[in-house]
This record gives sequence, C-alpha cells and structure tokens, in this order.
Amino acid sequence: MLKLENIYYSVGGVDIINGITIEIDERFVAITGPNGSGKSTLAKIIAGIITPTSGKIYLDGEDITDMSITDRANRGISFAFQQPVRFKGITVKDLISLASGKKLTITEACEYLSEVGLCARDYINREVNASLSGGELKRIEIAMINARGTKLSVFDEPEAGIDLWSFQNLIKVFEKMYERNKGSILIISHQERILDIADKILVLKGGRIDKIGTKDEIMPTLLGVEMGCRYVKEDK
Amino acid sequence: MDNIQKHLLEQIADLHDVPQGAYSLRINGALHGKNSSENIEIVKKEDKPGIDIYVKPGTKKESVHIPVLLSQTGLKELVYNDFHIGEDCDITIVAGCGIHNGGDETSEHSGIHAFYVGKNARLKYVEKHYGSGEGSGKRVMNPTTIIELRENAYMEMETAQIKGVDDTVRETKAKLEKGATLIVGEKLMTHGDQYAETRFTVDLDGENSGAHVVSRSVAKDNSKQLFVSHVNGNAACSGHTECDAIIMDNASVSAVPEIMANHTDARLIHEAAIGKIAGEQLIKLMTLGLTEKQAEEEIINGFLK
Repeated sequence: MLKLENIYYSVGGVDIINGITIEIDERFVAITGPNGSGKSTLAKIIAGIITPTSGKIYLDGEDITDMSITDRANRGISFAFQQPVRFKGITVKDLISLASGKKLTITEACEYLSEVGLCARDYINREVNASLSGGELKRIEIAMINARGTKLSVFDEPEAGIDLWSFQNLIKVFEKMYERNKGSILIISHQERILDIADKILVLKGGRIDKIGTKDEIMPTLLGVEMGCRYVKEDK
Repeated sequence: MDNIQKHLLEQIADLHDVPQGAYSLRINGALHGKNSSENIEIVKKEDKPGIDIYVKPGTKKESVHIPVLLSQTGLKELVYNDFHIGEDCDITIVAGCGIHNGGDETSEHSGIHAFYVGKNARLKYVEKHYGSGEGSGKRVMNPTTIIELRENAYMEMETAQIKGVDDTVRETKAKLEKGATLIVGEKLMTHGDQYAETRFTVDLDGENSGAHVVSRSVAKDNSKQLFVSHVNGNAACSGHTECDAIIMDNASVSAVPEIMANHTDARLIHEAAIGKIAGEQLIKLMTLGLTEKQAEEEIINGFLK
C-alpha cells in the first residue's frame, strides 16, 4: 500500500526526519513517540504538505514523491489535521460534500455526522467557524475522512485538544472505523486505547524509527519508564 | 423584455419575468410597469424620477419587488424611491439593479432609497447589484440608502454586489429611535480595475436601540475597496461594526471603522480584518482533492454566501 524509502527532512539545518524506511500494508497502524520526534512531519510528508529533502514515497507501487497534495488526495490519501481548519461561511454540510466528492443529500451528510457521535441536525448547517469547539471540529474532521472513504486515511493526533467526554466517544469511533474500514488507517496517537487496536505500532524518536512491532511487543515498553507519564493505563 | 434584460432580472431578483403582487420595474430610464396590491400602493413621483411606496399599517407577509435594469449604453439616471412602512408591518422589499453595457459609454444608475419604518414594524430589505456586457463603457452604480426606524422597528438589510460593477459608492445613513434594531449584511466582490466605496453612518439615538453592521468583501486583481463606518451611540444602546476582507493579487483594501459614544451607557464595538486566504484553508481543501484554484473559489463562495 504505502512505502516510504529513506525519507530525510531538514529545515534550517535542523534534521527533523533522519532516514525513515517503512512499509504500511496493515489495516491499522499507529505511530507514537515523544513530542518533537517527527510524527506530524512524517504524516505531512505522506499527505504531500511537506516535501522531503530526500527519499521516495510509493503508493501501491506508484512513485508519488513529487505529486501535489491534490493528486495524492485523488489517488486515495486522506489526511485529518491535528488542528482542524476553520472557514467563515462554509458549512459542515459543504465540507462533508466536498470531502465525498459529490453533492450529498441532508440525510447522507447526517449519516456521516451521526457516525462520529454528533447530533446531525444541530450541526449540518452550522458554519465551520470559531463557534464550534475543538472537540466538535475534531469529529467533523473525522466525518470528512469517512466521507472520502479512501484507501489510506492518515490521522494526526485525533485525540489532541478534546475533552474527556469527547475522547470516550472518539475511541468508539475508531473502534467502529477499524471494524468497517476496508482501506488502511494510519494514526498518530499517544493514547493507549487507540494504540491498543493497532495491528502495528511504530515508535519514533529523534526523527528515526526507534521500535516497530505488534502491540504486544511495543505496548509493554511504552508503559515503562522511558515515556514518562504520557501513557497512563485507563480503566476500560 | 429582451433576453439580456431577462438575464439581468434573474441575476438581481431571481425572477424570470415581471413579478407577481406589488412591484415596480424600471428599464432604461423609464418606468416599464408597476402594480399596487391591496395593502401596498406604488405611486409614481411627479416632481422627479422615482416612486413612493406606501405600505398600510399591519401588513404582514407581503413583498415588493422594485428591480431596475439598464441595457442601453451611455444612460445615466438618478432615481428617488421612498418607502413608507406603516406601523406593525412585517414585509420584504427586494430591490436591485442590473446593468448590461455592450457599448463604449458609461452607464450609470444612482438610486436614493429612503425607508421610513413605523413603530413595531419589521422590514427585510434585499438589494443585489450586477453588471455584465463586453463593452468598454463603465458600469457605475451609486446607491444611497436613508433609514429612519421608529420605536421598536426592526430592519434587516442584505446587500450584494458580486460581479461586474466597475465603480460604486454606496452610502447608508440610519437613525434609530427607542428600541429599534438595524442589521446590515453587506457582501462585496471587486475584480479587474474596479473600485468600491461603502460608507455607513448609524445614529443610535433611542434608548435600547441596536445596530449590527457587517461587511464581508473580496478584492481581486487590481481592484480597490474602501470601507468606512461611523456608529454613534447617543443613548443607552449597543452598536457593532465589522469589516472582514479577503485580499488577493494586487488589490488594495482600506477599512476605517469608527465608533463614537456620546452616552455612558452606549456599548460599541468595532472590528476590521483584512488578509489573504489562509494557507491552511487551501491545504485542507486540497487534501479533499480540490485543486488550489478550486479551493480558492470554494473559500470565496463560502465567505460571500
């Protein structure tokens, strides 16, 4: 599905990504690691938002390294921002319609919203502006990815900036997405419960892959001293 | 009406032909037709071009269309329309001007609209301006709107000038009595070498009066825009004026919002923001598969919706 080959990225003499080579074929892959380890940069490199200094990116065998964001999106890469963007005048329905690539009926758009736990009728005609909370925006961001239904969906810290109540729902959304999604999900997360449903976990450190393995191999090491208190086991 | 005139009418009033109910249709400097209804009387002025519109007190859920069409190059006109809205009314007035200039001479429509809105009346006023035609002659529109809102009257004014008007100076002056409310939403887009100037003066004279003046604009190419608003709080009142502009290419936008409190209980706010389309907005829409150009159009359409 997705292959990164020797990816390097540096800016202003600072190395952010230091030679990453990975292949992602599993249905649910999580990337984790401390702040500043290069996780978000790597996600943006995959989406085409950042151009790597060197290295190659392949999607289903096709070299997409020099492709624009638009071309990659149309070839099946979706990207959910860590900090969703606000738009004056553009409604939730407009964005979900744009994401799906066709004009949606209210019922269709509502289905995508209900899936992420938003009461559709309250949101469908709302503007995606500052009147929406961070948690609401995050869920709309996920609804857009669902509406796209592409073969690769990349999520950059979907749990960041949302309240606890939203978080509980968010986990359910990803669990459901995992059951249903036919493509691959690549998710950057610090959350144990999200890592817990991953088929494969990559741990990034200093712009390199520090560890790679199944959750059974990786999780015990994350819950140890090394990552400090970022990973707290929750009651389920 | 010919096809050009029908097209103009559709653009400014969503109408395909002469409207139903009360209306006044002006084409190429002359009154083309008018119709009064039981509650709304339209009378042609005798001393100058224009009409008087009288709405009987208590008239509810009725509307008046007063479109103006210009398709003759070089025509210049100044029209006076006065609206006398009775007490306790609840009506909608749809005005608008479409100019098609296929020639080399400047076509110009200046309309002076005065609204006298009675006690407890509610009025929605919609005004669209549109220009078309391949001629080198300019399409000029200079609307002046005078508003007097009596006690507890409420007026909502929506204006839009999205395409094809080369030069415009829009002037709106409002006076509000006790408990009256004025909501203004202006949408403006300029392109090419166009110039648009918009000026608001709102006097909040009555206790508990309130005004909310919001202008959203997009300036493209080499166009220039000037937004000026003065909101004067002369009583215990609330006033808010906002100009929000997207600037592109080599355009220039100037915003001058002014608030003046002449009473200790006047609460006034002004806001003005000018900036290009945020890069992250473009990127977000591109990750949905839109090209940069398509993303730009979606953002502008949404902003001016």
